[in-house]
Amino acid sequence: MPIIHPGLQLTPLHGAAPAWQGFIGQDDLQPICRSVCDSGGRLVALWGSDERASGPGFVLHLVLLNETGLICLHLPLSAVQPAYPDVSEIFPAAGRMQRAAYDLLGIAHNGTDQRQWLRHAAWRSGSFPLCKDFDAVQSRTDELDNYPFVQVAGHGVHEIAVGPVHAGIIEPGHFRFSVVGEKVLRLEERFGYTHKGIEKRFESMSLGQGAKLAGRVSGDSTVAYAWAYAMATESIAGTTPPDRALWLRALFLERERIANHLGDLGFLGNDVAFSFGLTQFWILKEQVLRNNAALFEHRYLMDTICPGGVSVDLAESGKQILLEECAMLEREAHLLRNIYEEHASIQDRYMGTGYVAPKLAAQLGLCGLAGRASSQVWDARVQFACAPYDQLDVRIAVHHNGDVAARVIVRFDELFESLRLQRKIVSKLMPSDILMLPLEKLPGNGFGLGLVEGWRGEVMVAIHTDAQGNLARVHPHDPSWQNWPVLEHAIMNNVVPDFPLINKSFNLSYSGHDL
Amino acid sequence: MIINAVQIPAVVFQLTQLLLVVLAAPLLTGWVNQCQAWLQNRSGAGVLQPYRVLHKLFLKDAVIAYNASWLFRVTPYVVFGCMWLAATIIPIIAVDLPFSRAADVIALVGVFALARMFGALAAMDIGTAFGTMGARREMMVSFLAEPALLMVLFTASMLSHSTQLPYIVSAFSRHQFMLYPSLAFAALAFLIVLLAENARIPVDNPNTHLELTMIHEAMILEYSARHLALIEWASSLKLFAYFSIGIALFLPYGIAEVGHWSALPLSILLLLFKLALAGVGLALFEALSAKMRIFRAPEFLGTAFLLAVLGLLIHFLLSA
Repeated sequence: MPIIHPGLQLTPLHGAAPAWQGFIGQDDLQPICRSVCDSGGRLVALWGSDERASGPGFVLHLVLLNETGLICLHLPLSAVQPAYPDVSEIFPAAGRMQRAAYDLLGIAHNGTDQRQWLRHAAWRSGSFPLCKDFDAVQSRTDELDNYPFVQVAGHGVHEIAVGPVHAGIIEPGHFRFSVVGEKVLRLEERFGYTHKGIEKRFESMSLGQGAKLAGRVSGDSTVAYAWAYAMATESIAGTTPPDRALWLRALFLERERIANHLGDLGFLGNDVAFSFGLTQFWILKEQVLRNNAALFEHRYLMDTICPGGVSVDLAESGKQILLEECAMLEREAHLLRNIYEEHASIQDRYMGTGYVAPKLAAQLGLCGLAGRASSQVWDARVQFACAPYDQLDVRIAVHHNGDVAARVIVRFDELFESLRLQRKIVSKLMPSDILMLPLEKLPGNGFGLGLVEGWRGEVMVAIHTDAQGNLARVHPHDPSWQNWPVLEHAIMNNVVPDFPLINKSFNLSYSGHDL
Repeated sequence: MIINAVQIPAVVFQLTQLLLVVLAAPLLTGWVNQCQAWLQNRSGAGVLQPYRVLHKLFLKDAVIAYNASWLFRVTPYVVFGCMWLAATIIPIIAVDLPFSRAADVIALVGVFALARMFGALAAMDIGTAFGTMGARREMMVSFLAEPALLMVLFTASMLSHSTQLPYIVSAFSRHQFMLYPSLAFAALAFLIVLLAENARIPVDNPNTHLELTMIHEAMILEYSARHLALIEWASSLKLFAYFSIGIALFLPYGIAEVGHWSALPLSILLLLFKLALAGVGLALFEALSAKMRIFRAPEFLGTAFLLAVLGLLIHFLLSA
């Protein structure tokens, strides 16, 4: 049992990740959060659902995490003026999630920041798209988006507004810098520009269609999302996919990590105007993507994972290709790592830039790769090692400096570790003809969780089914929710021109965050 | 004014250089970019790419901010004019060009400053955060680079006893190859100034899309179409002019005397060779270095000033 709290009944959830769920009352929310926080736990996700059709009203869901497992709390709210006590005082990462939950469902929190988060005047204030009775046509509005940014006053302070349209081709986000000269006093982010109603779309989808959509929540993490989605469906169905399918999923996940780390390491060179690094790393990334296309029919491995198993197999001849790729990547990446580490002008830009102290990281719930660069020793592949990671003995990459240099080092370490894992998976992969135990239909009124350590951090997908077993609510959660607010702290007291570098060292998702 | 027989060749030489610089400047930029591409294992867009870009930009319709004043509109023409003038008066194909007498080295620095002033004012004119940010960074870099450049030019003036470019160049080119220690220091200082003034790595990055890191590019973010084309062309001319100054001061060998028709082809060929070589050098230097944090730029340019002053002192100490 992960936590003990008077009156709290936790029941274990089936599935690959160790998880429990339980219903709580309004008054229990803050004390439970407090006790999880005090025991070193943190918040993974917070979302709401409209269950007025089958129950008393809305329900607030929270997933907390401590070293024993995931704790999913369900807090029933009334149908009229649903509200719950604020938890952002305990878990600062909850702030934006609470605001987003209000924008989508109208469930109110009593936190200090009551501004909208995802709603950019695309729908009327007072109408909530994730309510089952939401009428998109009626909710259209001409009102202008009004978002009061926090003002910084003082002699010589001025604002630089950047985005959502940028000079380069990148995802849209707005960054409001309050600066004195070149020094950043405060950064405030605003997102939601890529909100495309993914969660609403899930509601009208079949299980298989949902798997495809889950793989498109954030294109760079398609494997992580597809696996988390599949894990959640298997958790509801109470099934376990065939062994070979699990090993192949891990192979895909590591390949996704390899490709993204290679790409990021290139960009981290480019952002200090070291274009040589960019082109060299991107040659390597391109090789990985081409091998993906040749072996698994898709460069980014989309739709390779489906509920119940995987849809593509690794041919015997492919093993040799992967082993050769491992050797090549290891050789080349070692050379490039030496160049990066011995290049004085690169290291001068990396060292000490965008520092996130381990204490702050723990307070704010920094997770994933960025968390590991700030002493947050946490990797779902290690702590919650599901098959096949329980047999792979993953070595966690941790650094204590918390600056851009540390995040680069963690990327390099994880790249080499993933290459080692890929080699190990290929050599240990057992032959089998069964790749999938097809899941056609889920049990009614089910709830399942999937948690996967993607390259950016832990990706979670939660699925609720209705009485007929259809998808009633699917909530994909990106680690960027936790990490974007930390970026606001990482830039403080740095100079404005260092922001792109710091931002890239986190490389957080916009699409996965805005949904 | 009566053009007598003596002046005709000079005018022809001058016109040749006038056209050569304006037409060849984008080629130089294309060459530097192509060398960079090769050094990064890319195939590159070819040396003619800047011409294609200019062509494309001249065909487009200009978009101008509502609150842009006349300053914003005239700046591209002023900047282009200044850079063309600068590139024209530097003796590169022949020594005694008529236009060269129009301005000495101090006026040349002034011409660059004029273009910069207009650029910075226009960047602030439309009132965007980026324009202002770029303008103030540009002024920070240039107010540090300018004295260093002047010191370099003074060192050359001391050696040739004139601030007139034709005299300086002919004084250097007529000598047999001779190593001036003071000029060696000046050359190093000049190299740093060249990188800073032309928005090259490690001070600025001409290829970046990261608006917060930009210096020169941030100033011109609001320009489009023909205005942008003129500014891009002016940047090419500026690079050409700086390369020309470098060649005129430190490698003038092979330059033609006005009226020596037979020397002209060789002079142009030599010039192209020197420019190509300098382009490779620039690309190589850029490929090997990362961009420095913006507040390192003062140290970097301070080094340039120090080197230039050392050059000057050495001249007085050693008379060489």
